[in-house]
Amino acid sequence: MLPALIPAIPFLGACILMLCWKRISRSAVTVIGCGSVGLSAVVALVVAATVASSGKEPLVQHVWQWIQVPGFAAGIDFRMDALSVVFTLVITIVGFLIHVYATGYMHDDEDYGRFFACMNLFVGSMLVLVMADNLLLLYLGWEGVGLCSYLLIGFWYKDPENNYAARKAFIVTRVGDTAMAIALFLLFEHMGTLNIQRLLQEAPVLWAKGDPMVTLIALLLLGGAVGKSAQLPLQTWLPDAMAGPTPVSALIHAATMVTAGVYLIARMHVIFELSPAAQTATAIIGGVTLLMAGVSALVQTDIKRVLAYSTISQIGYMFLALGCGAWSAAIFHFVTHAFFKALLFMGAGAVIVALHHEQDMFKMGGLKKMLPGVFWVFLIGCASLTAIPFVTAGFYSKDQIIWLSWAAVGGHKAYWLAGVLGALLTGMYTFRMFFLVFYGEVKTKVHHIPGPVMMVPLYILAMLSTIAGFIELPHTLGHVTLFSNWLAPVLPAVQMAQESVALEWASQLISAVLALGGIWLAYVWVVKRPQGMVDFLSMPGQVWLQGFWRRGWDIDALYDALIVQPFVYLSNINRKDLIDKIYTGTAQLMEACHNAMARTQSGILRWYIMGVVLGAVAILSVLIWRLHEVS
Amino acid sequence: MDIAFIVAALIAVAATVRVITCYNIMHALLYLVVSLLAVAVVLYTYGAPFMAVLEIIIYAGAIMVLIIFFVMMLNLGLETAEHEKAWLRPRIWIVPGIFCVVLLGELLYLILQNKQPSAGIQVVPPKQVGMALFGPYLIAVELTGILLMAGIVGAYHLGRQHKKTVHRFLENNLNT
Amino acid sequence: MNLHPTTAGLLLAGILFVLGLISVLIRRNIIFMLLSVEIMLNAAGLAFVVAASHWGQADGQVMFMFILAMAAAEVSVGLALILQLYHQLRTLDSDEASRMNG
Repeated sequence: MLPALIPAIPFLGACILMLCWKRISRSAVTVIGCGSVGLSAVVALVVAATVASSGKEPLVQHVWQWIQVPGFAAGIDFRMDALSVVFTLVITIVGFLIHVYATGYMHDDEDYGRFFACMNLFVGSMLVLVMADNLLLLYLGWEGVGLCSYLLIGFWYKDPENNYAARKAFIVTRVGDTAMAIALFLLFEHMGTLNIQRLLQEAPVLWAKGDPMVTLIALLLLGGAVGKSAQLPLQTWLPDAMAGPTPVSALIHAATMVTAGVYLIARMHVIFELSPAAQTATAIIGGVTLLMAGVSALVQTDIKRVLAYSTISQIGYMFLALGCGAWSAAIFHFVTHAFFKALLFMGAGAVIVALHHEQDMFKMGGLKKMLPGVFWVFLIGCASLTAIPFVTAGFYSKDQIIWLSWAAVGGHKAYWLAGVLGALLTGMYTFRMFFLVFYGEVKTKVHHIPGPVMMVPLYILAMLSTIAGFIELPHTLGHVTLFSNWLAPVLPAVQMAQESVALEWASQLISAVLALGGIWLAYVWVVKRPQGMVDFLSMPGQVWLQGFWRRGWDIDALYDALIVQPFVYLSNINRKDLIDKIYTGTAQLMEACHNAMARTQSGILRWYIMGVVLGAVAILSVLIWRLHEVS
Repeated sequence: MDIAFIVAALIAVAATVRVITCYNIMHALLYLVVSLLAVAVVLYTYGAPFMAVLEIIIYAGAIMVLIIFFVMMLNLGLETAEHEKAWLRPRIWIVPGIFCVVLLGELLYLILQNKQPSAGIQVVPPKQVGMALFGPYLIAVELTGILLMAGIVGAYHLGRQHKKTVHRFLENNLNT
Repeated sequence: MNLHPTTAGLLLAGILFVLGLISVLIRRNIIFMLLSVEIMLNAAGLAFVVAASHWGQADGQVMFMFILAMAAAEVSVGLALILQLYHQLRTLDSDEASRMNG
């Protein structure tokens, strides 16, 4: 019964909160909201221990037969294998910490109960997504988290901007979801099942490597992942999704939901391995996205948008790793990223609350003295994001990706170049934000010091952001492979094309130097501000370029011009519904006939008799004509 | 061709033409009586003396007299004739006239097409008619009786004057 | 004029019928229309009698009697209707009675 409890408890909490949050006290809401996720985390730990102690044997549980028709069966089946355990633990533990933090962050909100109802529903759906044993159930969770994302982005629904952002997120991800649904149809069409294990076992038998059909399916699955994980070309919704409350951004749009695409690709890795083209596409999307998002993050003014672009960029790293076949490296980066990005978001949230909901970084500054606790945890988060060598979790996960993007069989020097350039950009945008917020002169007064309920989760996450890296150390530094060993039964080990230790050292050195160089550049740019730099940045072309990047490479405008405007134009033309014309036209024709016939109904008797005469003349004419025909 | 038939036919047609061109309804009715009497002669020449008698008694005698009394009851005078004059304009009758002439042409054409040999005029005595009427046509006779009764009941019902429920003065107001 | 007697009779019936029809069409006075219908019925009866003499059978004459009875019933009901119409509309113009137009 244990695995099913993990999603069931948050669902139960969500149900209770939805039904009666207006009737119970705030403290009861807190207990139910946090308690359900906490309890779920405990159960997840027990299940993880069970799986670990039984030699990583997956724990499968059939809860209920959902659909049973001839030719198709789908159940509410949960399967806890190594990959699901990793995701489940991250979701429940990070989710619990964020829930605790949210009790402080959302304390004064009037819709406190509704917030926790949605959050619990989200955690439950996300757990269904990662624990599902068949793709249909996975899709249910996938749509469930999309719904919760929509509800929570538009949480403050009284502002139309927020509703717009929520709709945008929902509709843009819908594009990917549709692709994924088609992929599911194709898989079922060709393999007759949606059970993930059977798909993974039978796909290599059915399809040769590079088969067009498997490539199509892999690309469609990639489309779904791209939509959910905000990768090029469907990344436009994530920066706007920051309209939601900060804990939502931390939980959904940084730690868990946006990595569902990574989970999907890792889960269906056999399909991707069968299709080198789809893998290459994944890697290229990841590489291009991480650079574009990194550049956009450089010039943002809103602290949450910096983090949003940073999230896109970091998920780009994960996609790069997936595209190179470095499955466990991607998952490892997901874990560390969940820790430090949740930390950064919640730190940013603490700053935002402290400055009375001020999000513009240029109105912050000098907070080092005012918020020392936040300063230190934020520094740890930034360091981890930038991948400062040796002491941060981010270093171990990201350097592994950078190295493997060259050295793995699916790797390429261009990927590696994108990775190290991304490292430079990461250092720059992260510490630009850091320096802007915590150094310089005080521009806005602190009016509220975050309490322990917000700070304790930050300390825990700061600790996790540091030590989580030590479970997987590269060859050059101790060679610990706890994490990849754990995932070995589910995800195949990466196949290396390069084994050169010297090259690995060089790669690490270069990325570390570039990351530190990025920090130095940010320091010069933001704190020192030499005249030459200021002049350079205020050149007209530069100003335009910065605006261009700030607007996310104007992709929104591009989509607006390419898709939205033509669609609006067409619907304006079709305002009176062309298809309906067939039906209204029939009705109008009938009406016209009716009017014509009604005119003959004049009520004047002689007209009617005239009609009789005409009929008689006609009949007799035919008769005479027939007589002539016969004779 | 019997000379009686020709004369009677000519009188019938001429009288009927007068019926349809006459403005005064009384004159028209009298012309119609003449036409019916002429048709009775034609019937007689075609070996149906009983029918000729019925034509005179019922058509010319009963039906026409009924209409004449009706017209007299409504007291339709010269005004009506003036109306008729005003209504009978070429614009009104030219198109129906053309169609009717076409119909007549077709009828005549079809009748003249008839090439069947005939034994000439055969007299059918009233006895034979009576035998047929109360033999094979018994049901039809019964139905005709019902029809006549329905005519009586209908005429009584429709012709009944409704009681005036309000004063004449008020009724005039209502009508205007 | 060497017409076959049956043909001659039918010709007379046809002419009388069409004359009645013309009258129905061109008259607006409703009593005239009733008269015209009588002419047409009479013409039809004449045709039946001519047919009876052509075949030497009684059926045509039987039909003539039915037409006679029907004409009598029709006239009685028709006159009652005209009376009602005259009371309602104060006119005998059939075009006035066009309330049931479409």
